[in-house]
Amino acid sequence: MIANAFLLALREIRNNVLRAGLTTLGIVIGVAAVIAMVTLGSGATKSVTSDIASMGRNLIIVSPGGNRRGPPTAATPFKDDDAQAIAREIPGLLAVAPQAEQSAVAVNANQNHNTRIIGTTNAFFTAREWPVIAGRVFTTAELRGGKSVCIIGQTVRKELFGSQDVVGAKIRINKVSCDVIGLLEPKGQTTFGQDQDDMVLMPLETVQRRLAGNNDVNVIMVSVANPRGVDRAKVMIEQLMRERRHLAAGVADDFSVDDMREITRMVESTTAIMTAFLSAVAAVSLLVGGIGIMNIMLVSVTERTREIGIRLAIGARARDVLLQFLIEAVVMSAFGGIVGVIIGLAGSAAASSALGFPFVFQPAIVIIAVAFSAAVGVGFGYFPARRAARLDPIEALRHE
Amino acid sequence: MSAHPLIELRKVTKVYGAGEAAVHALAGIDLQIDDGEFVAVMGPSGSGKSTCMNILGCLDTPTAGHYLFRGADVGTLSRDQLSLLRRYYIGFVFQGFNLLKRTTARENLELPLVYRGVAPAERRERALAALAQVGLEGRENHSASELSGGQQQRVAIARALVTEPSVIFADEPTGNLDSARSHEIMKLLSDLNAQKNITIVLVTHEEDIAAFAKRQIRFLDGHIETDTAQVHA
Repeated sequence: MIANAFLLALREIRNNVLRAGLTTLGIVIGVAAVIAMVTLGSGATKSVTSDIASMGRNLIIVSPGGNRRGPPTAATPFKDDDAQAIAREIPGLLAVAPQAEQSAVAVNANQNHNTRIIGTTNAFFTAREWPVIAGRVFTTAELRGGKSVCIIGQTVRKELFGSQDVVGAKIRINKVSCDVIGLLEPKGQTTFGQDQDDMVLMPLETVQRRLAGNNDVNVIMVSVANPRGVDRAKVMIEQLMRERRHLAAGVADDFSVDDMREITRMVESTTAIMTAFLSAVAAVSLLVGGIGIMNIMLVSVTERTREIGIRLAIGARARDVLLQFLIEAVVMSAFGGIVGVIIGLAGSAAASSALGFPFVFQPAIVIIAVAFSAAVGVGFGYFPARRAARLDPIEALRHE
Repeated sequence: MSAHPLIELRKVTKVYGAGEAAVHALAGIDLQIDDGEFVAVMGPSGSGKSTCMNILGCLDTPTAGHYLFRGADVGTLSRDQLSLLRRYYIGFVFQGFNLLKRTTARENLELPLVYRGVAPAERRERALAALAQVGLEGRENHSASELSGGQQQRVAIARALVTEPSVIFADEPTGNLDSARSHEIMKLLSDLNAQKNITIVLVTHEEDIAAFAKRQIRFLDGHIETDTAQVHA
């Protein structure tokens, strides 16, 4: 009985290619649109969150200046001692990197480029999870002596050297001549559009003495060994800094301690709104696809009611007819679903690479899209047929 | 053959609507048709002849009375059992042909055989044989909508005879055809009746068509007015 119903269903699809094609098209559009929307949306979300992750996991940023919520307070800069105190007194830290930042012009022969100079220690590479891919890191002597050596980012290398080797070359930073000892791994842009590779690293002492002319530290990057230790470390750093800055109880912090998770949360809440919006668009696409399927099915009901009458008259039982209609609907839905998934995934893969998003495969939405479209296809294919099959054959045959 | 007549109607009535608007399409019909008969049912429009045919074909159900098919009361059968009765014993030829339009002649003929569970090879062979019998060799791959009216009616007759039923009900099979085509169709039905002993009951308006049958029944206002079988009885 099932084999026969299959045969009849396939014959009916083959003999009514236009009707079957339009039904299938409705399902294809519904499924493909939803998958493309949601996949692109999650790709955009992923791209934003992975940018944040690229700044280093479990990172705590200690910077001078009051909390965003409080009244503006004078930003007394940190000193290298503050970073050393954090490293010494707070347990469970992986690396503590003080950073002194200056804007300066880097020059190689006749190429010059305005960039960011960061004075730091070797803790930088650990804290920011940012290795040197050519050359070496600083030696203790270079750090202690404030030697004129530098490690450059990919953008600076491109601007000053093109594709040449850089290790061993000499550049000038403002008026300081400096040996290039290493090249950083490329890191790309931040979420906020800042080119992270556009910078030069020098020993902290060198920047403080020879470029800034003071011993300020602008920011301290702290990397925590265990992600669960981040909250505790933040509290301890805050206490330590309050002590060191002699803040009386009740006085607001004149520095802030942030971790990447806060920024991640902020960005994620933005992308959550985006995802919700995309889901709404997806739901509308599904609805439109569903209405398309429904229309084709309902338009063909009259014609098919007569067909059902004929089938009943020549000896089909209601269940023979219904099984056939069910199989037709399932075959069209499955075919439309598969084609829709392929088009949706291929389309969003192409769009992702064009827009520079990672391609994020979302199995859940594929299942939802296919299930919904198939339910609509089967529902509107099957239930009118059931009504027709319950008529007296003569009623169905008279249906105009 | 069975002791029971093939078809027996006892006080069958069919009422459409209810109350004052009720129309008595059949007002208590008694009728008996035996195996191998060739019966023409005649009468003016609204006389109840088509209603009677639909009830005989188990496409419609009577309001009251009994319909016995080989002695079995059709009124006690379920919808599925009625389908099986049509599947194994009854063939139909309709005025409007009622073929599946976009389906080929062969597949239209195979349809009742598919429901009977006949194997594919035999199905194909019997469909082609039936098509040859109605003079449509070589048209098996034409879809119904590509055939002329006379050809479609011949396909419909082939579909009725391909299962070799006990009885074929033909409701104005020549109603949409010119007289030359009509006589061809009637010749076909007469041959089926004579050669295969298939009982044929046909509804028609036309005297010359009815003349092909061995027995004529005339309806008027839901009653049987005359029946040539009763003249001999």
